[in-house]
Amino acid sequence: MSIYGFRIPPVFSLLIWIAIWEVAGQLELAFILPPFSAVLAQLVILVQRADFQAAALLTFQSFAIGMAIAILLGVVIGFLMGTNKIANSVLGMWVNIFASAPLSSLVPVLMLLFGLGQTTIVVTVVLFSTWIIALDTYAGVRHISPSLSEMGRCFGASRWQLISKVLFWAALPEILAGIRMGLIRAVKGIVIGQLLVSVVALGRLFRTFSDNFQFEEFWALTIILFIFALVFSSAIGWLEHKVEYYASTRA
Amino acid sequence: MASAAAAPAYKGTTETSKDNIVEVRNISKTYGTDIHALDAINLAFPTGQMTTLLGPSGCGKTTLLKIIAGLLEPSDGQVFVHGRPVTGPGPERAFVFQDFALLPWATVLRNVGFGLELTKHPKSEREEKARHYINEVGLAGFEDKYPHELSGGMRQRVGLARAMAVDADVLLMDEPFSAVDEQTRRKFQEDLLHLLSVERKTVIFVTHSIEEAVYVSDQIVLLSPRPGRIHATIRPDISRDISPDDIRRNKTYLDTVEEIWTDLRKYLD
Ligand SMILES: Nc1ncnc2c1ncn2[C@@H]1O[C@H](COP(=O)(O)OP(=O)(O)O)[C@@H](O)[C@H]1O
Ligand SMILES: [Mg+2]
Repeated sequence: MSIYGFRIPPVFSLLIWIAIWEVAGQLELAFILPPFSAVLAQLVILVQRADFQAAALLTFQSFAIGMAIAILLGVVIGFLMGTNKIANSVLGMWVNIFASAPLSSLVPVLMLLFGLGQTTIVVTVVLFSTWIIALDTYAGVRHISPSLSEMGRCFGASRWQLISKVLFWAALPEILAGIRMGLIRAVKGIVIGQLLVSVVALGRLFRTFSDNFQFEEFWALTIILFIFALVFSSAIGWLEHKVEYYASTRA
Repeated sequence: MASAAAAPAYKGTTETSKDNIVEVRNISKTYGTDIHALDAINLAFPTGQMTTLLGPSGCGKTTLLKIIAGLLEPSDGQVFVHGRPVTGPGPERAFVFQDFALLPWATVLRNVGFGLELTKHPKSEREEKARHYINEVGLAGFEDKYPHELSGGMRQRVGLARAMAVDADVLLMDEPFSAVDEQTRRKFQEDLLHLLSVERKTVIFVTHSIEEAVYVSDQIVLLSPRPGRIHATIRPDISRDISPDDIRRNKTYLDTVEEIWTDLRKYLD
């Protein structure tokens, strides 16, 4: 954001928005928007509530399981596509379709298929993040200089050694980028999914809060989710940065 | 200077000479349907000697070297190493890559020991060997550095040490000095010759530099432009006992460079 050519640091512009929020809240312009300070106070109370903690833990657990499956699936699919022409022609089209499809419309269907529990969260995460991880892994594998795999073969690497000791590490920067993108998509999927169906864990809390016009709680919960997503994605960003130095040294 | 045109006719024989560790018989390579890279190459590489493949860019030098390495299938013909036909890469051959092909995420120590790591040598043994060859190529003190912290010349020394460490009989080097600046290059050539005099390897060396070929080789194979054929085989008669600077001023050296230059010049028109 810039005003009269002055660049305003992101933190500062965030503060401005918070101030506007606070003022709007104090003026009681809209009943769904309580003052920021009240939301913040509610946030402190909320994180101490047992029902919140249980819901957060369940959501977090399902999320972690879903991400683990998505990473495994995505990396395997990406490697298959990157190292095998047939696999690429068979899988490539589907992966691309899924990566760009409006998946949120599928969430209600998942609800029907997998019921109203943890499984739905796991499947949603997998469905939202696997494809982008596969595509980035594929890009990473294609990016590897051919002489690196020739080197491996030349010095006697078995097929598995070639993948685990050379190709995987060479594609790691792109794999991490894909995981970060997948994570963001998964959070989106979860948020959209839970707001749509709001039955499990945090989703139920959301529903309760909005049904009972508890907007302070509602916003506090939203902020917590955003902070979670931010922390996650910056942790992966940090990892990416750690491995970036060798991405730039590749031919 | 001894000069012999064309290669011996091997067709029909299955016997290989004990003096030639690598023999290339009737190798042709076509990429796709119409890129005819190599045409009926017959060559013998004497044990313990350095043979250079010299020729203009695109004449199939890399292709031939990769076929010998077992990285590429020939369209026709066979390669024999120790009298046995080549079906893929093998421990008696090690490759030094034009672009170094180092693992960017591994230290110099691990890179040099990587061949031994793949063949499952115990860690202590491969580190000891790696340290030895890091020393030999003049990189002592850089064991824990990463490739991106090294200059081009130093990176190629790592590539050379890695190839030495697996104790192969044959070193295949694809323009190892082309990505290295001129001063470093000369020093590197001298060091290589010194190292080889100690280690007794058979080297197959690809270059497009005539000076480099004459300076380092016992035998030079001139290839013609696509499709690559053997144009001539030359054995420069230069004593390796004189100092590097004297070699570069040696009359036979200069004459050989000039002769090859005149010979290859006609391909430029
Ligand atoms: N993978 C490939 N596919 C098609 N053509 C190739 C391939 N590799 C090399 N060539 C062609 O074969 C010829 C010989 O290539 P190469 O062996 O790399 O030559 P050199 O190493 O002597 O420069 C060149 O004309 C090159 O364009
Ligand atoms: Mg080449």
